[in-house]
Amino acid sequence: MTQVVVIDYGMGNLHSVSKALETVADSEKIIISSDLGVIKASDKIVFPGVGAIKDCMAAFSEDLKETVLEEIGKKPTLAICVGMQMLLESSEENEGVNGLNILDGKVTKIKSLDKIKVPHMGWNKVKFLKDHFLFKNIPDSSFFYFVHSYCCLSSEDALTETEHGENFISSLAKDNIFAVQFHPEKSQTVGLDLYKNFLDWSI
Amino acid sequence: MSVAKRIIPCLDVDKGRVVKGVNFLNIRDAGDPVEIAKRYDKEGADEITMLDITASHETRDTTYKTVESIASQVFMPLTVGGGVRTIEDIKKLLRSGADKVSINTSAVENPDFVKEAADKFGSQCIVVAVDAKSSNIDEESWEVVTYGGRNRTGIDVLEWTQQITEYGAGEILLTSMDRDGTKAGFDNSLVSKVSSGISIPVIASGGVGNLDHLIDGIKIGGAEAVLAASIFHFSEFSIKEAKEAMRASGINIRF
Repeated sequence: MTQVVVIDYGMGNLHSVSKALETVADSEKIIISSDLGVIKASDKIVFPGVGAIKDCMAAFSEDLKETVLEEIGKKPTLAICVGMQMLLESSEENEGVNGLNILDGKVTKIKSLDKIKVPHMGWNKVKFLKDHFLFKNIPDSSFFYFVHSYCCLSSEDALTETEHGENFISSLAKDNIFAVQFHPEKSQTVGLDLYKNFLDWSI
Repeated sequence: MSVAKRIIPCLDVDKGRVVKGVNFLNIRDAGDPVEIAKRYDKEGADEITMLDITASHETRDTTYKTVESIASQVFMPLTVGGGVRTIEDIKKLLRSGADKVSINTSAVENPDFVKEAADKFGSQCIVVAVDAKSSNIDEESWEVVTYGGRNRTGIDVLEWTQQITEYGAGEILLTSMDRDGTKAGFDNSLVSKVSSGISIPVIASGGVGNLDHLIDGIKIGGAEAVLAASIFHFSEFSIKEAKEAMRASGINIRF
């Protein structure tokens, strides 16, 4: 049986992520855990993140960090929101924080120009730059739910872009890693479709 | 195109039931919150807000259960407010499945609470609810009121919303207590003044009686989102009809 672990390092609401996965699961087992053994024994990894990136990085113990880095190097991984930002090189939030440097790109503050509100909060269109299995059955320019004040403006690993004042990268992919700035677990049907695709994804 | 304007049905919940009063009095029963949330989800609501209007210690566990039940069945953003006084209250609501927590009276009584909450949980989940009433000074000034409008604080609404933005609020839920329950439309002059003075999103609330009022809140008030309760609960209009009317007027709406 396929086991999916939602990594719990004490940050954020994991309830909705795991409920959304359970809703679309056939036989897959969904576990919320920070146990190194459970993470190693799982077949797929969900890496969430909520709040300030500094706190997320700090909540990450050395042991956990080492295991996560090792495991997301080889298993299908879905990173969400600050989880996505943590996989990049760096973020300018909290006076500058180093990321895990697994995906290309830097995180910068969203510019509050004219009538552009920050946080970017609400539903916005996700435009495809490349195809990916995780967008199977999801139309181009579908609306997903976003809530964030920092974003990645350019990346070699960019998969989709979204406009809020200017275009930013709303999802990235590289090998077995798929990372999204938006919240699929808050995006009604299209979000559940994306989780279903993640469960069906094999590398 | 930028982010879509949002339409947010609001569930005022008393002892586990959805109710709606006029000016917070004369309460009518409108049903089970979980069933109503599911209906709004199907109709395409962009978010749901649930306000626990009793917010007493005795009924608090019912609130957590209701939040948990909604959050496990409806995959859309859920904001919960009413009686949020401590960091522990916020933690429990987020753990129960709320995405955002709305703070009202306790923010006025202790503004540092907003700062502490935003530092701990991130601005994205801290909504500050501001209840505004025209002040006695002139027509273009409003003061913050608390305890469902019974208590005037003398705090200027524009100054207050700027202060809580600096303190890390992620969003303002702005209710006109002069209009709430009247079905006369939002106080768009208030909405516009507040919205243009701060960088964070403003949700307009209080007074919606028809679909044109929703359109005016966005077009005249400049709100990022509009919140309404009774016009949806009693099925005068569906969320879908509201969204169609807003789209027809040229507003960027998600379908």
